[in-house]
Amino acid sequence: MNTIVSSNALAGSVVPVVGLKKYWVWYLMVAIVAALPWFFFNWSTGRHSGFMLTMLSEIGLMIIFSLSFNMQMGQAGLLSFGHAVLFGLGGYCTAHALNVIKAGSIWLPSELVPLIGGLGGLGFGVIFGYVATQQRATAFAMITMGIGELVAAAALMFMSFFGGESGVTTNRMSGTSLVGASYSAPWQMYYLIFFWMLVSVILMRLQTQTPLGKMANASRDNFERAQFVGYDPRMIRFYQFIVSGFFAGLAGALYAMLYEIVTFDAVSAGKSATALLATYIGGVGGFFGPILGAIVVILLQSGISLISSAWMLYVGVLFIVMVMYAPGGIWGLIMAHAPIVQAGKLRTLAWPYVRLLIPGLLVVIGFVALAELVSYVTIGAGQNKKLQYGALTIAPATIWPWLFGVLSLLLGGLWLRYESRSFRSIWNATLEQIKLQTSATGQAGGAAR
Amino acid sequence: MEVFLVTLLNGLVYGMLLFMLASGLTLIFSMMGVLNFAHASAYMLGAYFAYTVSLYAGFWVGLIVAPIICGLIGAAIERYGLRKVHQNGHIAELLFTFGLALIIEKVVQMTWGLIPVPYRIPAVLDHPLFSIFGTQFHTYRAFMLLISALMFGAIWLALTRTRVGLVIQAALVHPEMVSALGHNVPRMFTLVFASGTALAGLAGVIGGNYQTTDPAMAFTMGPIVFVVVVFGGLGSLLGCFIASLFMGLIQTFAVVLDYSLADLLKQFGVIVTSATPFAELLTIPIPRIGALLPYALLVLILLFRPRGLMGTRDT
Repeated sequence: MNTIVSSNALAGSVVPVVGLKKYWVWYLMVAIVAALPWFFFNWSTGRHSGFMLTMLSEIGLMIIFSLSFNMQMGQAGLLSFGHAVLFGLGGYCTAHALNVIKAGSIWLPSELVPLIGGLGGLGFGVIFGYVATQQRATAFAMITMGIGELVAAAALMFMSFFGGESGVTTNRMSGTSLVGASYSAPWQMYYLIFFWMLVSVILMRLQTQTPLGKMANASRDNFERAQFVGYDPRMIRFYQFIVSGFFAGLAGALYAMLYEIVTFDAVSAGKSATALLATYIGGVGGFFGPILGAIVVILLQSGISLISSAWMLYVGVLFIVMVMYAPGGIWGLIMAHAPIVQAGKLRTLAWPYVRLLIPGLLVVIGFVALAELVSYVTIGAGQNKKLQYGALTIAPATIWPWLFGVLSLLLGGLWLRYESRSFRSIWNATLEQIKLQTSATGQAGGAAR
Repeated sequence: MEVFLVTLLNGLVYGMLLFMLASGLTLIFSMMGVLNFAHASAYMLGAYFAYTVSLYAGFWVGLIVAPIICGLIGAAIERYGLRKVHQNGHIAELLFTFGLALIIEKVVQMTWGLIPVPYRIPAVLDHPLFSIFGTQFHTYRAFMLLISALMFGAIWLALTRTRVGLVIQAALVHPEMVSALGHNVPRMFTLVFASGTALAGLAGVIGGNYQTTDPAMAFTMGPIVFVVVVFGGLGSLLGCFIASLFMGLIQTFAVVLDYSLADLLKQFGVIVTSATPFAELLTIPIPRIGALLPYALLVLILLFRPRGLMGTRDT
């Protein structure tokens, strides 16, 4: 605790100087993300890489979705297993709305269509939130799971709204636009998603500063004391659920526009699980964690699924490792370095990190090798595929690749265990040293005054 | 009438199978507060282990070996995983088991393939036992009933007649008090978790060839077991037993009754056509609604009676 307080105090004293610089970094990041499609532009054919654009778009909407999930989980301490219900229903609303707009019954520019999904998510958030937020903690988790299963089953039952197994198809080129874009090209869709992502991230960030956001934190940390302040924790949960539903619906709307089809997959437990995994891997503690998580999970999903059928296993293992060893997620790991960076002592950790990296790589290589071998023997061999990576061809019928995998995993694991102990002692010593230094300077400052 | 009797028996078989799964989960959930998502995964693993063992050594060896392997896996999960996560609170434990369930499903897919494996009923038990009003009752179902009844008796005796059982019973109601009295609660956690997982494994061994053994079986069974546990109530094995039978019966009966609300309305002279408002809702046959019933029950119970049928405290 002490280190966090002192680092905050430190940051507070330098904010006027760093402030401009900090925002400059944000602007740069936005500019880079805006320019991203052009890194994958093929000048000879004059076209963007379709795969990359779809992946980037998917990351964009996944960021909104994970952040809205974290509004419940991170901000309000509500673990939901049915968050995709709001996402998917927002998507269905959008698909129907687009079809109506296309038919000419109502006029709404394409840029504002995602709001329909947001309102849909908000509306269903009111209904389901009213039910689910009666309880909290484990009971809330189970109610949302029940609602998720109910809606997923209903999606296969009611043909007129959900379209059964084939889903609802739509066409995002409704012919109406504020800026004159047709949205026939994937890059136009990317910028639409990018725009809404930016708006959503800023709005959700601002929401954490509102009284509702603050009280959500309070009721998460100690809901009895939140009651004594004079707020009804149930209403806080309810409002937080509704706001989160709006953004989930917005993400669902962008999903519907991107793929031009919404099936029951969008409301399924798998989609809810993806949001949970992304958010937790990224980190539930800070606001920006889910953004990192969404990027990591979609990269794994799109990138690794090209070369391996086991991507879900890797995401699952990453998730378990995070739950066990780094409950703060990737963001938490990064932020743990903040006091060390501020004290300018990051260099002392460089060599320990290298020593950690080598056995860590061994473990990863061993695990991946074994997973790929097993999945090749069961699934790949039947499809007459060859286990080949570039120039490297592997013969899974012999014992050697298996032996390599097991040895690499075991040796790496033992070595990592040993190294992590010494790393932890160095880490703790560095933190201790910084604490001593800051308290010494703090005392000196007090004496001078 | 004969449909009713046979369905009743089938419902009993399914209910007892549910009880084998749910009893372990009730013990784990009540004692440790962990809503174990991986419980149904142990059920799946039990079926797959039994299938693999039965290929080499026959069904009967699998019946013994598979639950033991499951129990050992359960003990390892508790000792090296859950115990570490425990300090981060119940939500972290819940997430841990959730991740575990995902991994186990994927590993099963990778090891045994995506399609169902041909896990068959042993030939000795593969014939009709007796017939009521011309409808046959299968020997294997009777065998399942026997095994689960034996298990029920064994759990009952273990909990009421042994010292460890009495301590576990005490821990169901007042877990803090039991640890304050100096009992080794962590070791008891491991024991309960391992035996609960072994029971789930056993349910998988006898349930896998009764239903189908495929990688989706854990995620279809899991929520239903949760419903049973919540419905029965925390800390009550008897409540769990009643809830299991109830759930087994309504699910089995729902499949048999092929009617819809429209059929009911027809009795009153109202004919439902596609032009009638809510026609889609009214024409859904009961078997399809039956699949929804457990989840609707889960939500309703948690809203209106969070302590379930015979629970001692709220979920």
